[in-house]
Amino acid sequence: MDEKELRALIAQVKEGALSRRDFVRRMVALGLTAPMAGLMLNYSGVAWAQPAPDWKPTKAGGGGPLKMLWWQAPTLLNPHFAVGTKDQDASRLFYEPLAGWDADGNLVPFLAAEIPSPENGSVAADGTSVTWKLKQGVKWHDGTPFTADDCIFNWEYAADPATAAYDIATYKDVKVEKIDDHTIKVVFSKPTPFWPDAFVGVRGMIIPKHLFEPYKGGKSREAPTNLKPVGTGPYKFVDFKPGDLVRGEINKDYHIPNRPYFDSVEMKGGGDAISAARAVLQTGEYDFAWNLQVEDEILKRMENGGKGRVTIIETGNIEHIQLNTTDPWTEVDGERSSLKTKHPTLSDKAVRDALNLLVDRGSVQKYIYGRTGVATANFLNNPARFRSKNTHWELNIEKANQILDAAGWKRGSDGIRAKDGKKLKYVYQTSINEPRQKTQAIVKQACQKAGIDIEIKSITASVFFSSDAGNPDTYPHFYTDLQMYTTTMTEPDPAIFMIQFASWEAASKANKWSGRNITRWRNDEYDKTYKAAEGELDPVKRAALFIKMNDLVIENVVVIPVVYRPNVRGIEKKLKVYLSGWDSDMYQIADWHREA
Amino acid sequence: MGRYLLRRLLIAVPSLLGISVVLFTVLALAPGDPFGDLASNPAVPPEVRLALRAKFGMDDPVLVRYFHWLVAMLHGDWGFSFVSRVDVDTLIWQRLPATLFVVGTSQILALLIALPVGVMSATRPYSLFDQIANTFAFIGFSLPTFFTGLLFILLFSIELDWLPFVYRSDLAATGWRWYWEEFRQAIMPIAVLGMFQGASWTRYVRSAVLDVIRLDYVSTARAKGLREGKVVVKHVLRNALIPVVTLVALQMPAVFGGAIITEQIFRVPGIGSLLISSILANDTPVIMAVTFVFACLVILFNLIADILYGWLDPRIAYR
Repeated sequence: MDEKELRALIAQVKEGALSRRDFVRRMVALGLTAPMAGLMLNYSGVAWAQPAPDWKPTKAGGGGPLKMLWWQAPTLLNPHFAVGTKDQDASRLFYEPLAGWDADGNLVPFLAAEIPSPENGSVAADGTSVTWKLKQGVKWHDGTPFTADDCIFNWEYAADPATAAYDIATYKDVKVEKIDDHTIKVVFSKPTPFWPDAFVGVRGMIIPKHLFEPYKGGKSREAPTNLKPVGTGPYKFVDFKPGDLVRGEINKDYHIPNRPYFDSVEMKGGGDAISAARAVLQTGEYDFAWNLQVEDEILKRMENGGKGRVTIIETGNIEHIQLNTTDPWTEVDGERSSLKTKHPTLSDKAVRDALNLLVDRGSVQKYIYGRTGVATANFLNNPARFRSKNTHWELNIEKANQILDAAGWKRGSDGIRAKDGKKLKYVYQTSINEPRQKTQAIVKQACQKAGIDIEIKSITASVFFSSDAGNPDTYPHFYTDLQMYTTTMTEPDPAIFMIQFASWEAASKANKWSGRNITRWRNDEYDKTYKAAEGELDPVKRAALFIKMNDLVIENVVVIPVVYRPNVRGIEKKLKVYLSGWDSDMYQIADWHREA
Repeated sequence: MGRYLLRRLLIAVPSLLGISVVLFTVLALAPGDPFGDLASNPAVPPEVRLALRAKFGMDDPVLVRYFHWLVAMLHGDWGFSFVSRVDVDTLIWQRLPATLFVVGTSQILALLIALPVGVMSATRPYSLFDQIANTFAFIGFSLPTFFTGLLFILLFSIELDWLPFVYRSDLAATGWRWYWEEFRQAIMPIAVLGMFQGASWTRYVRSAVLDVIRLDYVSTARAKGLREGKVVVKHVLRNALIPVVTLVALQMPAVFGGAIITEQIFRVPGIGSLLISSILANDTPVIMAVTFVFACLVILFNLIADILYGWLDPRIAYR
């Protein structure tokens, strides 16, 4: 899909012929993020849809307790250190950003009085700054007023390398200026197309200056407020036991009138996903359960209990198979999978095409993931195919055989294809996780029928996903031919996701395997397109560039997408929740309520 | 006695040092990284992770790290958790009450089962009661706690809907209501642990009593015309309980160490669940502190058991 087609689609949204939600879905299917789609619409003159939650309660409070289960327990409550979703969610009960992302990629104001826009000039036309107007009359839980100084402080706090904040990348290259007590200007060091980053979403939560000021930089660990948050959010802090429990009570002075509904919130951690599902779906002991990574069949059986239901939230998380472009079996300068080598057989496009035809996504969805993993090649696919809902991927052993025959890969006496003495034998690794091992078996079986021999390897998750430079079994080392895992696309800006195919990001010994490009695929055209997107200020043109990058990756079969992994949550039957795959689960906790 | 105690305490020092060296090296050699999350998150620049590693001294050689840890520990500084950045002793103190209550009560329950049942079976060996008690004891200690735990949850929480299966450290109720809620949420983990422990102790008490009950002095006591109850309680039990007491003393460290699996199943926020979550998160300072404290307790209670033994049975002399 090129720029022209994108503009035509946007025009349809403007006219009302295409719903905003459908547009966003299409963009997500093209590998873009919902926030990116929202930005395109906003830039093209379609206003942010202001969510009007069907809010029934007539006053704040009176809803009793809201009990939630996280099977990974929150361990810290300072949003600038919150790497895991559990910690981001727990912090979001008390802290708020200027704005957050809803499920359809709308920017929703929280501490901002309004969302900046190009029309009124608050988003600079040259992409070098954005001006935020802050909401007036907002008070921290201790009564101190919230002002522009707090925003400035958050920027200084997070940008200081000594603080070692996880969101440093968002803040280190910007400058934040105070215009007046309730206006700030975020100045970028270079024209920046994706401006809603600082002060927005999970990395935008704002902590109070008056309590954190003495604990900037190296002393950040000592701040007592790290464990006793004082925020602006709908709930006030009561109690926190790291790894066990977070409790909050209603903030009667909350800056949105008539909110929140519940008198207290509780976030209990620990245990496992199955029993968490049980406590919500079967016994109703709890109202909400996070991340139910449970086989869909079991979930369905529990739902029959009638106490709760399962909600699926669309995200850009994709379980995919990576094809190594370098040779994992030859050691050069003390590393395997070195950039100086080329994979002996996978470098043949015919072999990659054949492998793509041998991954039976249908069976993987049907027999393994169910609702929690939807078969797809949409990740990076062309729109014509996407429009038809059925045939975006193909399992075709016959065609795979034909392609391999045509390319001169002949079957040997052992049934394995070979050419010039090089056999089609691959090691296929992933983490130890039952659905993954089942997927491996399905792929192996199909490959056998096409004369490709697959050796399965599974590695403990704590090793596979670790960043240990000394361990050859981690996924960034990629010392095998194929590997499979889920990449998460939770970042609103697709640039962060797409950098994983940029040649300068290739993981290698030189960068201690911290490079993002794990397949080590290098393509000049891709690099050029990526660089062009970095400086492209028109979101529509930029989106077209991202779609082009996606097409390059899929045409070259750098990766084989298997299934989408949407977020799965368990919810008590009468509870009304608002969840987004592009922000924290708790982003709109103030609007949660129980229906009569 | 004084010299014996001193000698034992002196021996304890090198063994504790040895234990700490082994623990530290094993943890240092184990794969995994507390900041692995940072590495796999594309939005976090690698410098953050490297800065944190440097800040928390993780890039120093193992030996240097060990001595830092040892010196700090001798000063009473247990370090802080990499994951929550909270001091380790704070974390442990937060978790100790739940563990003491649940595991402690379960041990008492185990004793309450084991003593009467064990004695009754031994006084009437091979009777119907003994047969039934034996059968249950075998079933009891053959079934692992994770199995009985799940079975209880399925039966009492899901089928019957009588009891909650998520343990909460701060209940919202007050007064009698609080006691009732606490009882409801604690009864399942306590029963699971207590019955498992009780089953094996029953067997132990039974054989200890059987050993004693056939001795001549018991016959003499009976011949004197003492009532059977008095014979059993005053004469048999006192002697039979000597090995049982030491066994119970040796079991005490577990009361502080928590029950990893049971705590995980019922979400009891105790030491066991702290340990397992720290291991999963590669949170070395917490793992180190918890395991080391546990090692200290084991050595301490071994000493106490030995002393108790001598005090109960004066035939044993300390040299």
